[in-house]
Amino acid sequence: MKTVYKKPECIGNKKPNSYCPGCMHSIVVRLVAEVLEELNVVNSSVMFAGVGCDGNGAFGYLDIDTVISPHGRALAVASAYKRCNPENVVFTYQGDGDLIAIGCAETMHAANRGENVTVIFVNNAQYGMTGGQMAPTTLAGMKTTTTPYGRDPKADGAPMHVCEILDTLDNPTFLARGTCTDPKNIIQTKKYIKQAFQNQLEGKGFSLGEIVSACPSNWGLSPLKSIDFINEKMLPEYPLGIVRDR
Amino acid sequence: MEKVFMKGCEAVAEAAMRAGCRYYAGYPITPQNQVPEYISRKMPKLGGVFMQGESEVASINMIYGAAVGGTRSMITSSSCGLSLMSETIGWLISAELPVVIANFQRGGPGIGDIGPTQQDYFQATKAHSNGGGRMLVMSPGSLQEAIDAVFEAFEKANKYRTPVYIQLDGISGGMMESVMMPDAISDEEVAALKQKAKEEWAVGKMEGRERREIVGGADSGLPLQTLNQKLEAKYLEMEKNEVKYENYLMEDAEYVITAYGIGSRFARAAVNILREEGYKVGMIRPINIYPFPFEAYDAIDYSKVKGILSTEMSIPAQFIHDVQIAVKGRAPVYNYSTSGGVILDAVEIANHAREMMK
Ligand SMILES: Cc1ncc(C[n+]2csc(CCOP(=O)(O)OP(=O)(O)O)c2C)c(N)n1
Ligand code: SF4
Ligand SMILES: [Mg+2]
Repeated sequence: MKTVYKKPECIGNKKPNSYCPGCMHSIVVRLVAEVLEELNVVNSSVMFAGVGCDGNGAFGYLDIDTVISPHGRALAVASAYKRCNPENVVFTYQGDGDLIAIGCAETMHAANRGENVTVIFVNNAQYGMTGGQMAPTTLAGMKTTTTPYGRDPKADGAPMHVCEILDTLDNPTFLARGTCTDPKNIIQTKKYIKQAFQNQLEGKGFSLGEIVSACPSNWGLSPLKSIDFINEKMLPEYPLGIVRDR
Repeated sequence: MEKVFMKGCEAVAEAAMRAGCRYYAGYPITPQNQVPEYISRKMPKLGGVFMQGESEVASINMIYGAAVGGTRSMITSSSCGLSLMSETIGWLISAELPVVIANFQRGGPGIGDIGPTQQDYFQATKAHSNGGGRMLVMSPGSLQEAIDAVFEAFEKANKYRTPVYIQLDGISGGMMESVMMPDAISDEEVAALKQKAKEEWAVGKMEGRERREIVGGADSGLPLQTLNQKLEAKYLEMEKNEVKYENYLMEDAEYVITAYGIGSRFARAAVNILREEGYKVGMIRPINIYPFPFEAYDAIDYSKVKGILSTEMSIPAQFIHDVQIAVKGRAPVYNYSTSGGVILDAVEIANHAREMMK
């Protein structure tokens, strides 16, 4: 018998994940685990998780050294760690609230310094963990628990495009956006994630993979309907592909 | 050991690197800019890392990042800068990370102004962050003590696995004194310290051991109440071992002036003035302000001592609250304090003491 697919060794050994059904965090964490194994860096990797469903769910599920960072600060924490321990593989795992609302300054400046770290950025257009409030990435008109009448771009701000914003800076190396709606996109997203890690191993500098993701629980949609929402509403706002590759 | 004539900020910076500090992050704020400036010149030559954070929030989180890998780390700032660091200071306490934090106090509340004060007493000793965490707080009264405190702070931080706080001020940062600067610990010792941390608790190479997790709060194996009980045991241990104070001319004292840190220099001069006039006055000077030296005030002979003057550079006075708790009503406690860059004055303290002794 031939093994076609196997769960990565470094997930789910100690603890199950705590994601809701249909949550794409679980796919993203699995892709990260696969990439770490393929690059043979499981034992030398340190995850700097943000505060949100992102960090919470991956905490202990991904069986590697993990540091939880204060909400939004993962890239400041990871920057210093990597500078002091260049032999380790360092990545942050952050949500949209963490990375571009409260952590906007830390993200911009780590990118601007060209820190040699990998960023896994899960954009689910709202705050999953705290119950579905507006995030900087929430779509115009989208209802959240704090935009009950729909996000009004004039009053609440317009969706922020992290890859494109970081593309205005000199120093980032790799910025790409994928999603996990179907096998084709999952394979493509894994390629982005792998390149974001490969770049770090080659000392190339700041590499970020954004993953447009579903939060069925707070979107109030079934997992399948959530995929439709991504395809119909999210992707026109957040187009897939490589924004920068140097 | 070498004798040098140095400015406070630079002396603290030099002492930190000699004590094995290999990571520093900070954000400019008067009156402590000479610390990052000095370290930015020297740290790269030691193979260490200097980073100017984009804010105090980023800087203290950089310290967290360096510390989780076992690198000796220090951050300095002033007053409102420390307020911005508040959340992560709680994380450092909770995650039990050995770092050194120094505050060169300026005015407050708010941005206050840049004049030197002792206006951050409560912040340093009671409420540096949410959750009631505690850390050892040292309050040197001279540059020599500041230098020695830096070395000791790294030692104690390691011993208790806790952040240690050094409460300085704008005067100490800017003044020059001649000091004995201890020799630097060797590169081998610096490497061994990091290696030991990696073996015992820091994150990094996972080969041959279980995964580690570091978080400023409850983690997957440790419920919060259990963590807080563990931390409390550490605070009690510090309260047992780290009480530090000075008694000055207390043997026959009938009145006491009490002051700490930079304020104690003016208080000491006031005691000397009054002694020359024949008054039997002594001084109690807490050197560590957490744990507070309650025993120093318990040792007062209250059958003899008729009054205590507490003096500090803070309006409203803050240190006096701990003094009152320590004195427990056994003698009247009077206050004389200044604020907003108005430096305590020995003659004024002596005037207030004479008032008390009338
Ligand atoms: C300083 C601070 N402010 C607020 C919170 C509460 N909080 C926890 S998670 C979160 C938002 C998480 O959203 P996101 O980063 O998008 O992650 P997701 O849960 O969507 O994956 C917030 C606001 C906190 N933990 N700390
Ligand atoms: S709340 Fe949303 S982001 Fe959080 S685990 Fe559930 S589906 Fe995922
Ligand atoms: Mg989110």
